[in-house]
Amino acid sequence: MNEFHPARLQGRAASARWVLVLLFGVLIVAFFRTQIVQHERFQLRAQGNRLRAVPLTAPRGAILDRNGLVIAENVPGYSVKLFASSRDSLSALLTQFQRIVPIDSFQIEEVLQRYRASPFQPALVLGDASFQVVAQLEEHRSALPGLVIQAEPKRQYPDSSAVAHVVGYVGEVTESDLSQNKFPGAALGGIVGRAGLEQQYDSILRGTPGTRYIEVDNRGRMVREEGAAPTLPPIAGRAIRTTIDLPLQEFIDSIWPVGVRGAVVAMTPQGQVLAMYSAPSFDPNDFIGGISGSRWRELTTDPARPLLNRAIQARYPPGSPFKLAMSVIALKKGIVTINSHMGIPCRGGLQFGNRYFRCWKREGHGSLDLLGAIAQSCDVYFYQLGLRVGLPTILEEGIRLGFEDRTGIDLGPEIAPIFPSSTAYFDRRYGPRGWTNATTLNFAIGQGENTQSVIGMTRFYQGLANGGVEVTPYIVERPSKQVVRNYGLTEGQALDLRRALIQVVVAGTASRSRQLEFQLAGKTGTAQNTSGKNHGWFLGFAPAEQPKIVIGMIMESLEGEHGGAMVAPYVGQIARYFLVGPDSMLKVPLRVLVPEDSAPRPLELRPDSGPPVPSPEPAAPPIGRRR
Amino acid sequence: MRGLTIDRTLVITLLLLIIFGVLNLYSAGQTDVPTQAIGVWKRQLVWLVIGGIACYVMFRTSPRLLEWAAPWVYAFALLLLAVTLVIGTGQGTAASTRSWISIGGHQLGQPAELAKVAVVLMLARYLSSRREAPISMRELIVPCLIAGIPFLLVLKQPDLGSALVFIGILFAMLFWAGVRPYLLILLASPVVSLLAAFTTWSWVAWMVLLTVLLLIWRPFVFEAVFIWMVNAVMGFIAMPLWNRLAPYQQNRLLTFLNPEIDPQAAGYHAIQSKVAIGSGGLMGNGWLEGPQKRLAFLPTPSTDFAFTVVGEELGFIGVTIALVLFLVVFMTMVRIARRASDPFSSLLVFGILGMLFTHVWENVGMTVNIMPITGIPLPFFSYGGSFLLACALGLGMVLRVAWDSRMSGYIEA
Repeated sequence: MNEFHPARLQGRAASARWVLVLLFGVLIVAFFRTQIVQHERFQLRAQGNRLRAVPLTAPRGAILDRNGLVIAENVPGYSVKLFASSRDSLSALLTQFQRIVPIDSFQIEEVLQRYRASPFQPALVLGDASFQVVAQLEEHRSALPGLVIQAEPKRQYPDSSAVAHVVGYVGEVTESDLSQNKFPGAALGGIVGRAGLEQQYDSILRGTPGTRYIEVDNRGRMVREEGAAPTLPPIAGRAIRTTIDLPLQEFIDSIWPVGVRGAVVAMTPQGQVLAMYSAPSFDPNDFIGGISGSRWRELTTDPARPLLNRAIQARYPPGSPFKLAMSVIALKKGIVTINSHMGIPCRGGLQFGNRYFRCWKREGHGSLDLLGAIAQSCDVYFYQLGLRVGLPTILEEGIRLGFEDRTGIDLGPEIAPIFPSSTAYFDRRYGPRGWTNATTLNFAIGQGENTQSVIGMTRFYQGLANGGVEVTPYIVERPSKQVVRNYGLTEGQALDLRRALIQVVVAGTASRSRQLEFQLAGKTGTAQNTSGKNHGWFLGFAPAEQPKIVIGMIMESLEGEHGGAMVAPYVGQIARYFLVGPDSMLKVPLRVLVPEDSAPRPLELRPDSGPPVPSPEPAAPPIGRRR
Repeated sequence: MRGLTIDRTLVITLLLLIIFGVLNLYSAGQTDVPTQAIGVWKRQLVWLVIGGIACYVMFRTSPRLLEWAAPWVYAFALLLLAVTLVIGTGQGTAASTRSWISIGGHQLGQPAELAKVAVVLMLARYLSSRREAPISMRELIVPCLIAGIPFLLVLKQPDLGSALVFIGILFAMLFWAGVRPYLLILLASPVVSLLAAFTTWSWVAWMVLLTVLLLIWRPFVFEAVFIWMVNAVMGFIAMPLWNRLAPYQQNRLLTFLNPEIDPQAAGYHAIQSKVAIGSGGLMGNGWLEGPQKRLAFLPTPSTDFAFTVVGEELGFIGVTIALVLFLVVFMTMVRIARRASDPFSSLLVFGILGMLFTHVWENVGMTVNIMPITGIPLPFFSYGGSFLLACALGLGMVLRVAWDSRMSGYIEA
C-alpha cells in the first residue's frame, strides 16, 4: 500500500489539520484564561511588582486656645528620603549624601534602622529639611538615585517653650509602639503625639496618611517618582479647641523667674484649665523632623528635667495649703466653727509627749480662732485641731475630698498622689507601735506622708472657690463625664472659709500681694526640704466674692527661710492679668522669696512604698529629698 | 499549471510574522533599566538578511540534491554535536551548558539547530526510501536511532528544550510516513509510564490502561510483551532517574507543576511571564509600553520570553493574531506537504513543520505555564542566529517543494 497515494495523504493531512487546530485552540484558551478571565488578578500582581507605596503625612489637626488662637499649627516643610534596593546600596547612597548635606553617624544609624524596619519603603533621612538643603539636594539629584523629596506639613508651635508642657511634642512612631498597638491606625514612619495634648488627643489630631506610589524595577531600584499610579491624598487631622487662654499662658512664661523650677495651673471655677506651665521648659519645635541625638541627651540628662510637667507629673508635700483641708474636715464634722479657739494658745510651739512642735512664728500667735489661724497659718492651732479630729477621720475624709486620687484631667500621664488610705498603712509600715500621734500633728499641717500634685491642690482650691463643690478639670472642650465632688459644707461654712482665705491676703501671710482692683483669696505655704531650700506654694482664687480664676503655683527650692515676700505676688499678677487685662500691669520686678509660714522643721518622711505611679520617661520628680 | 509563482500565502504570512517579530524585538529592548535586549533587533535584522540569503539558496536547491546530501549533512551534524560536547561553551543564562561552538572567543552558532534540519533530511530520506510504512516496533528502530542519537547528544549538553524538538520531528514524520497512530502511542508509552510513576496509583492506572490498549490493538505479541515490560521498568526506575537530573532541571519540572513553591528563584520566570501576560488583558498596555518588560521584571524578553512581550503589550488580540499567523503557516505547510511531487519532498516539508510546531507550541505554552520552562526559541520572535538560520534553511526547502509541486502540474486529488 503506497502511503503517499494522494488519497492516503489527504486523510493524514485532514488529521494533521485537526491536531493543529486543536493544539492551537489549547493555546488560545490558555491565553484567554490568563488575559481575560484572570486579568484583574494579574493586573494587581503586576502593580505589586512595580509599585512601592510611600506614605504621605496627613497634616495634624491644629491645637487652638479658648479664643481660637493657635497653639500648634502646620507649616510647609520638606522631608528627604532615600529609596534603596539593599542595605549596601543605601549605605553607599548615604556616603554620597554626606558629601552634599552633612549628617552625623547617629543619623546614619537611624536611617539604616528605618530601612531594616521597612525595606520596601524609602527610608527617612531628614524629617525637616530646609529649603536650602532641598535645593542643594535637587542640584545633585543625578548623584543620588532613589532620592525622594516630599513636601510635608510640618508641626510648629509658635509659642514654643511657653506651651511646651501642655501641647507636648510629636515623634516618629516606633516598632514597639505598633506591636503594642499604642496608636491604633498609625503606620510605620508616621508621626504621633509623644507627650501632652499631642499624645492625649493623638487619634483626633493625627488624621489618615495618604499614599503615593513610586515605580521600581526588578532589582527594587527606583525608576520613576511621579505619576506611576494615582495618589491617595491624606486626610487631615481634626483641630482641637482647648480651654487654654494663650495670652495668659504667654504671660506666665514671661514673668517666670529664670532658673526657678516649679509649676502653675490656672483654671476657671468650672474646671476649664486656663494655663498650665512648668519650668524649666523646653522647645517642642526641637522634636519636629526627629530630635537630634545631642539635644535629646541634653533634655533627658538635665538635672532640672525640663521634659517633666511639674503641674501634673510631680508630687510635693502640700504644706500649709493643706490646712484648708483640715478646716473643711473639722467644720464638716462639727468639731469646730470658724470662731472656735483651741485650748492652748500659740506661744511659738506645742509640747506633745516628749517632743516640742514648733510654730513657724517663734514669738507665737497667741490665741486665735479658726479664721485667724488660717490667716496666720498658725501651726499650733492646727496641731490641736488635728488631735481633735483624729488621724483616722483625717485620712477617711481626706480621701473623700479626693486627696488619694488623680484629678482625672484629660492630660496624661498624671501622677497619683501619695495619701495613706487608713491608719493601717502606718501599722504596716512601722508596726502597730512603731508610730505615734505625732504623725497626726504632721498631717494636720500638710506634712508627713502626704504628697500632692499641683493640679490636685488646685482642684481642691477650685472646690473651695465654688463653695465646696468641685468639678474635674479639663483642657479640651468636649463632652467628657465631669465628676462633681461635694465637700459637704454648709453655705455659711463655705463663706467662712472664703473669708479666712481673703484674710490671708488682707492681713495674713500674703498681705503683700493685695490687689487694688479685685480681691484675691488664697493660702500660702512652704513645703519643707531637708536641703534647707523650701518649696513655696500659693493656691488661691479671684475675685474672692465671685471667683473667675483659680490659680495654683509652686516654686521649688527657694532661697531663704523666713523671707518677707512670697510666691503669692506672682499669683496676684497672673490673676490681675486675667481679670483686669495686660494694660494694667505694673512693671514692678518681683523678688522670689519663701513665705514665712513654713513649718518649724523638716519632718520625717520614710521612703514610700506606695502603689507604682505612671510617670513620664524621666521617672520621679526631684522634690525635696526626705529621709 | 498554475503559473510559475512561489507559494504566496506562505511568503506573505512569513513576512508578516517576521515584521511582527522584529517590531516585538525592538520593543523588548525598550526598557527603563538597561538590559541586554537593547539593540538586539538590529542584530536580528542582520541575521534576517543572512537567513534570507540561506532561504534563497535552499529555494534554488533541488530536493534531489538534498536527498543525496542528507547522510553527509546528518553525519556532519552529528560530528559537530560530538565536538560541541567537548569544546562547547555556554552563554547567557545557560552559561554552564555546552551548546555553542566558538572559535577565538566568537560564538559561531549552536550545532543543535543545524542538527534539527539534518535529522529532518535524514528521516525524510530514510522513510521515503521504504515502499511500505513501518508496521512494527522493530521497523521503527532505525528512525528512532536517526532522531535518538542527536537527541541524546543534545540532552548531554544539556539542552532539554532542543532535545525535545527531535522527538517532535520524529513523531511528526513517522505520522506523515503512514505509521499507524497506535504504534506512535505505544512508542511514546514508556515516557507516559515514567511521568505516571510520580504516584503509585496513577502508574497502576496507566499500566491497566496500557494492557487494555495492547489487547485491543493487538500488535505483535513479542513487541506487546516488550512494550509492557519497558513500561513496567520505567515505573521502577522513575525515582533513580529523577535523582540523576540536574537540580535546575528538577526545579523546572517541579515549578512547572506549581510555580509558587519557589516564587523567588525557580518559579520566578514562570510567574513573571504569566503576570505580564495576564496584566496585558484584552488590548494590552500598548506597543513599547509594557511596564513589566520596561522595568525588567520580565526575564529574557528578547529570547525565551519574547512572546510574553506580545501578551503584555498587545494583549489577547495581539496574541491571537500572532497565533493565527502561525496556524496559517502550518496549515499552508500541510497543504504543501500533501501536494508535494514526491515522498521525500513531502516528508521534508512535514518534518520542517514538526520542527517549527514543536518550537512554537513549547515556547508559547511555556509563557502561559502550560508547558514546562525549557530554553527554546520562538521562530521569528526570539533573537537567535543559528535558530533563525535553521528556520530559513527549512523554509527555503519548503518553498522549493511548493514550487516543484506547482511545476509538476500536480492536480488536486
